[in-house]
Amino acid sequence: MTTQILIAGFGGQGVLFAGKFIAYKGLLEQKEVSWLPSYGPEMRGGTANCSIILSDDPVGSPIVSNPDVLIAMNLPSLDKYENAAVAGGSIFVDSTLIGRKVERTDVKTFYIPATKMANDAGIPTLANMIMMGKMIKETGIVNFGDITDALKKVVSAKRANLLDLNIKALEAGYNYQD
Amino acid sequence: MAEKVLMKGNEAIAEAAIKAGCRHYFGYPITPQTEIAAYMAKRMPKIGGTFLQAESEVAAINMVYGVAGAGFRVMTSSSSPGVSLKQEGISYIAGADLPALIVNVQRGGPGLGGIQPSQSDYFQATKGGGHGDYHLIVLAPASVQEMADLTIKAFDLADQYRVPAMLLADGTMGQMMEPVELPDLPPAEIEKPWAVRGTKGERKHNIINSLYLDPELLEKTNFERFEKYKVIEEKEAMYESFMMEDAEYCVVAFGIAARVSKNAVVAARKKGIKVGLIRPITLWPFPKKVMAEAAEQCKAFLSVELSMGQMIEDIKLHTGCKKPVELCCRTGGMIPAPEQVLGSIEKLAKENQ
Repeated sequence: MTTQILIAGFGGQGVLFAGKFIAYKGLLEQKEVSWLPSYGPEMRGGTANCSIILSDDPVGSPIVSNPDVLIAMNLPSLDKYENAAVAGGSIFVDSTLIGRKVERTDVKTFYIPATKMANDAGIPTLANMIMMGKMIKETGIVNFGDITDALKKVVSAKRANLLDLNIKALEAGYNYQD
Repeated sequence: MAEKVLMKGNEAIAEAAIKAGCRHYFGYPITPQTEIAAYMAKRMPKIGGTFLQAESEVAAINMVYGVAGAGFRVMTSSSSPGVSLKQEGISYIAGADLPALIVNVQRGGPGLGGIQPSQSDYFQATKGGGHGDYHLIVLAPASVQEMADLTIKAFDLADQYRVPAMLLADGTMGQMMEPVELPDLPPAEIEKPWAVRGTKGERKHNIINSLYLDPELLEKTNFERFEKYKVIEEKEAMYESFMMEDAEYCVVAFGIAARVSKNAVVAARKKGIKVGLIRPITLWPFPKKVMAEAAEQCKAFLSVELSMGQMIEDIKLHTGCKKPVELCCRTGGMIPAPEQVLGSIEKLAKENQ
């Protein structure tokens, strides 16, 4: 099985970090993985996105044009990629920042007020990981167990204090009910 | 082998170079390869190596020329416009028969172009680039693992033949992360009796030079170099064959274009089209033998490129124009989607039954 994931938002929302976490989680579960970021000027305050592929087979093209799973962290991202998602796929929306609903009717939709949840919990930079928690819960593409192992690979040792906060964010997303 | 880690292609090149014994890096920043310089800046001082951000690409390649002459493993990296600036130095290095590694993580051109992935420096890399009769050994990675493996291979080949080598990647390969396993083996030891490291008064001094005012002598150095190229062409061509056993149609692509093409080949097979892929891993020497064999086996060819049709000329040359060769391409930083390649395969099959 192959799952193509696209995470999109503003630069600074931790889109690339969230993607790296999922890629590492997949790697630790013995999957084939690839992670491809948008790069260049858009990283510096514009839109940022990254393509992640988890597969049982070697990954061909690392570019995700038609995601099975779309995580939209802002309105321009939902506007841009909503129609690209595959029929039967899933769209996860940060409903704090995106006022509208998904117009497609052939996809599963999940609305998470991740930015508000993060602010309320005192972890304002971790809306990305709240979205990841919910995405793991609903898609099951990786297991929720051993998330710390994957986090340790992406959170630098110098910032080990952020590990617990990331776990807190992932759990908040995982346990969130509409 | 060590455990698999996720690394960016650019970082994999830098770490592999260090594993290969490279302790001298000279460069000048340019997207999308700056991570190589950043990695070297961090690591080199810790392992007794030299990282130097030169004042320009021209300076960087001439620093490479100097270290190569002293017989140490040395590299520089840049992206398309920066590699154009290095061409004079590359020609001197080739003319002085020195091993060195030049990395080109290509971006769209011509001119300052853009920063998105491209393969439009194929001609420059494989047909010379600078002035004079010379070749580089050109390796084209298609995964982060190959970014590492071919970096090491490039150093070995360069030393073995005293020919500068180029790793020809693109922005996607440089920026993407994939699992990579770096070898724990010590670097290959290759004697360099020609290096200029001081004679201690014990032997005649070596000379590193690319100036020969006597045309007969200059011709002789060229003849000798081309004898060496013949051996390289005979022995060092590398390629990957994918689903070629019973293929009636053949896609040829390297680097990121080959990754996209693989998806398209698998999709076309599901539609009943007998198509395969030949992925050149060395662009010079071009894998001519397998192309000649494929020309007998297949009805038509498709060159998939991130350029306006450059490698297609080598495909036509080495298939002897026996079969039609079509082009499927995007350029300027755009990447063909697997659907576009699939469409081109279907058209190819329909028109060449």
